[in-house]
Amino acid sequence: MKVLTANFITCAIKDCKASPKSFPLHFQNAELELQELEFQPDFLRHILPRIDWDSLRVTANELGFPSIPETKPEGEELNNEELLRNLHQLLLETQVMEGKLVCDNCGHEYMIKEGIANFLLPSHLV
Amino acid sequence: MEYLIRFAQVHETFRRPELEALATVTGVDLEIIHYSQYSPYCLVRLPDEAAARALISRCILAKDIYELWGQGANYEEVYADVRRRTQARWAEYRDVSFRFAVDCFAGKRSQAAKTDIIQSFSFLGFEGPIRMKDVDEEFAVLEEYVSDVEAKAPTATTTTTTEPSPIPVDEGQEPKKIYFGRWVALSGRHAISKYDLKKRRYISTTSMDAELSLVTANMALAAPGKVFFDPFVGTGSFCVAAAHFGALTLGSDIDGRSFRGRDPAPGKPTGVMLNFEQYGLKSKFMDTFTSDLTHTPLLNRPILDGIICDPPYGVREGLRVLGTRDGRPREPRFVDGVPAHQLPGFVAPRKPYGFEAMLNDILNFAARSLVTDGRLSMWMPTASDEDGELAIPKHPNLEVISVSVQSFGNWSRRLITYKRLPEGFVSDMTVRRQKVDDEGVNADDLNAFRRMYFTRNKGGEN
Ligand SMILES: [Zn+2]
Repeated sequence: MKVLTANFITCAIKDCKASPKSFPLHFQNAELELQELEFQPDFLRHILPRIDWDSLRVTANELGFPSIPETKPEGEELNNEELLRNLHQLLLETQVMEGKLVCDNCGHEYMIKEGIANFLLPSHLV
Repeated sequence: MEYLIRFAQVHETFRRPELEALATVTGVDLEIIHYSQYSPYCLVRLPDEAAARALISRCILAKDIYELWGQGANYEEVYADVRRRTQARWAEYRDVSFRFAVDCFAGKRSQAAKTDIIQSFSFLGFEGPIRMKDVDEEFAVLEEYVSDVEAKAPTATTTTTTEPSPIPVDEGQEPKKIYFGRWVALSGRHAISKYDLKKRRYISTTSMDAELSLVTANMALAAPGKVFFDPFVGTGSFCVAAAHFGALTLGSDIDGRSFRGRDPAPGKPTGVMLNFEQYGLKSKFMDTFTSDLTHTPLLNRPILDGIICDPPYGVREGLRVLGTRDGRPREPRFVDGVPAHQLPGFVAPRKPYGFEAMLNDILNFAARSLVTDGRLSMWMPTASDEDGELAIPKHPNLEVISVSVQSFGNWSRRLITYKRLPEGFVSDMTVRRQKVDDEGVNADDLNAFRRMYFTRNKGGEN
């Protein structure tokens, strides 16, 4: 699972979705893999407005990624290639291959195996 | 400027919506002057040649585009029209290498007759070399005859099904319409062969074919910089198609095996990822994850530019979502102190799911997660006797952009494309599907389409 995807998801349990504590989900025991991918600066500029920056900082910190700017880049900063390359590496090239995503609100753990997260719920939670 | 688009004579009800979608995604000002489902030739007005190239370059159902030099009901009219429109430009083409082609739709011409037609355009005064390959310019005479399909049609406008290919009329008859044009550009139709399922590494019996997958991605305006999602990703046909047009693609499925592959080898790409590798599209693959649309982990925020899907309507096995059959939750089970649902091989409980409930869930999900002007392109089966307009599911935040039909005789499927309206706008809800699922706990109780499909197909009739 990519960090970009983690920024778009929350707890699958309906009662949790409304709670701010359920986002972002927290990585635990994450095994990372870096997959080199074509740099797409225009995509990053297009997608940045949709990124929840505070959550991204939390996730980056949990994964041990070097610190990212405190505030979301905008305006002229979007032409800073080094910054965009760093974001490209964090959002698209960094993959969580094994580990868990944990909800802070209900404690439910979603397993990640071979890069694929499983959000199916057991019957007592649907 | 007027241009002539030459369509493939297939999937007729998809052709015009695809062209209009491409005008939207490329920002080209398109005016359709003449279009008929019975003809491959469509006359349009476009600002310039660059617009013509942009519009056609990713079109799947068109073959190519010509600059219109003249048209008429007979050759005298065509010659006069060509003089009127282009005489001042003939000198530009006097010395270029060129060739002529004669294309007859639903008609036939002998080689000698074609040569005579080409000769009759010698008044253009072209003196450059005539070549078959690597020419500077190609000119074409495009003839349209009255096809048997059109002649037999009850009314010219109400039929919406895909018609059989027309049988050419006998030689010696005259065309009803003739166009003369200068060839400008090829379409994106060659992608059909590149993505042919026969040559794809990972497919299943339910994979959507390359042509209609690509058309679906076009309807939803897939393009670079966008995020596309298929909530029923399966073997990933739609994700591959959207990635072909430059979108970053995300997919989920209640059955993880469908996108992961049956026998995943640790550390090796499998399933959908094999296809992205095969086509050199790895940088357009975002993720796949296992989930059920009724309990999706995606945020209730506008984060998607497009949703494209062919939901599993349960014709084969009935629909399932997470839940228990009687609706009562089960106590969590533990194995050696570990919750059973965290163990490998845990099968989440499923309950039967109604067709109408699923349609509503998809539309609600799209309304919540699409950005403004983002699109949902969704396939849906319909009984042939269901009322057309009434059969279209609607949502106040989603405007219906187009409905195309692929007919299979006793049933058909539609591709419905919606646009997410800006906040504060509401779509026309006056005519809409107002169905609810029947009460029941098994697949047939809940799925009128499945019930009807099986009833009709029993006994081998129709
Ligand atoms: Zn939760």
